[in-house]
Amino acid sequence: MDYILNIVLLACINMIAVAGLAIFTGFTGLFSLGHAAFVGIGAYTSGVLTYHWNLPFIWAISAGMAAAGASSLIIGIPTLRAKLRSDYFAIAILGFGEALRVSLENLPWTNGARGLSLDELSGPVWVIGALVICLFLTHNLLISRFGSLFAAVREDPVAAEMAGINLFRTRLLSLVVSAALCGVSGALLAHRLAFIQPVMFTLTQSTQLLASVIAGGMGSISGPMIVAFIFSLLPEALRGLNMWRLPAYGLLLVLIMTYRPQGIMGYQELTDIFRKARKRFK
Amino acid sequence: MNDSLLEVRDVTRSFGGIRAVDALSFDAERGKITGLIGPNGAGKTTVFNLITAVYRPTSGSIRFEGVDLTRKRPDEIVRCGVARTFQNIRLFKRMSCLENVMTPLLARVACGPLRALFCGPSVRNEKRAVQEKAYSIMEALDIADVADRNAFTLPYGQQRKLEVARALACAPKLLLLDEPAAGMNDAETEELAGTIEKVRRNFDVTIILIEHHISLVMSICTYIVVMDRGALLASGTPREVREDERVVEAYLGRRRTGGKRS
Ligand SMILES: Nc1ncnc2c1ncn2[C@@H]1O[C@H](COP(=O)(O)OP(=O)(O)O)[C@@H](O)[C@H]1O
Ligand SMILES: [Mg+2]
Repeated sequence: MDYILNIVLLACINMIAVAGLAIFTGFTGLFSLGHAAFVGIGAYTSGVLTYHWNLPFIWAISAGMAAAGASSLIIGIPTLRAKLRSDYFAIAILGFGEALRVSLENLPWTNGARGLSLDELSGPVWVIGALVICLFLTHNLLISRFGSLFAAVREDPVAAEMAGINLFRTRLLSLVVSAALCGVSGALLAHRLAFIQPVMFTLTQSTQLLASVIAGGMGSISGPMIVAFIFSLLPEALRGLNMWRLPAYGLLLVLIMTYRPQGIMGYQELTDIFRKARKRFK
Repeated sequence: MNDSLLEVRDVTRSFGGIRAVDALSFDAERGKITGLIGPNGAGKTTVFNLITAVYRPTSGSIRFEGVDLTRKRPDEIVRCGVARTFQNIRLFKRMSCLENVMTPLLARVACGPLRALFCGPSVRNEKRAVQEKAYSIMEALDIADVADRNAFTLPYGQQRKLEVARALACAPKLLLLDEPAAGMNDAETEELAGTIEKVRRNFDVTIILIEHHISLVMSICTYIVVMDRGALLASGTPREVREDERVVEAYLGRRRTGGKRS
């Protein structure tokens, strides 16, 4: 039971990070191969605070969230200013993630590449509570005017500007919110696994986040949530397959993208499907 | 002359070696429809791109109500009161038609990100007000019936109208229309002439119209600017332009070969 609970909690933690990236990539249309860096910043900020200073967990999580959000400004402000060339960002964030790993390995309070052992503070109440709050805030943001502004920027940046949208500020807002969510995810992850290492937050993890968003469907939150949950459980469910686990994961990804290139829920939500089904029923 | 809403002065824009716009000057008079015509590649679309800061002029000035636009961002220019459509339709394809028209209105709503994050339902009410406004703009253009459809599912002519509706949602004083009749048949073009005139009156806008349908331009514009290879070829009332020899030769003449010259 504990074993299953642990896996479900890790899945929930992963879902928070994926929700964050879905805002940035799925709704605002900017690609990132480095969002694991924000997860790492959340993990290490909160980890260092509880490890060295015994800070209450809620403050550690908040600090992790704030640090991830703030660090996204460092990378976002110079790159997103080059407004139409959003690919600058994708490349820059890649370098940012790498720089972060090297820094974490060499900073005095992170215990380097050997990693940091922490207390297991992320119990079910924390994790599920955080997931519910994060999804609530994400939902609020996306049904507000910002949801429409993000989508307009994704659909056509030039036309969005001509609709009076400040491209830079809108993209930056999307980035900060997405990074902050990744920071929360990182703080929870650190205190769930009770151990963090710089290699846990590199390109591999960033790619997995992006894969969940794309396979789940751009412009959707529920799709990436479903995929993130499945992808988090799958490796455990397929434990019997041993070395075939990773290929099976890859195969699933290929199948989804072949048969539903727009992702499982491309540009809609679960609730939209229910609504349509109900209409048809009547 | 005193009542110009837009003053373009000596504007030049080069792309590499090509001078797409070459020392061009013209005015758009408040409340009127100004036609901008010229052969393909004359630089008409580039003029719109310069007014709306998609590109910056290499030299020259563009003043709107006396304010210099050449240092402003596109979204600031929209806020000053300039809106446009695109020659190669740029709709928000996977959003509904209504959402397309709502977007400029939503861009202006005063609701910060923190309020958006924490007050779900109250924010939703604000959105409803915007929805009604957008719907009324669509009604004015006779496209309210497609409000719920995805923008990319519309036929060509309606996509062009939707772009006009979205531009009007910016509450512009100056509306730039880039070949709104392109791809329309004669009946649709005729109807469009009525629509543009109606828009000018009901929304109280000044219009600059780029169009290849000469009859459309001649019938609804009070002033016409003719461009050729980036430069000003002639300008004046439709009658003056029609009788200008250089225009007849360089532009109208080509279209009339075989026909009688007036
Ligand atoms: N972004 C650009 N880069 C290079 N050349 C351009 C660009 N935009 C326009 N031009 C050139 O400027 C000239 C005028 O183009 P355009 O303004 O589109 O003409 P029109 O709208 O009158 O048909 C053309 O020769 C075109 O190739
Ligand atoms: Mg053109």
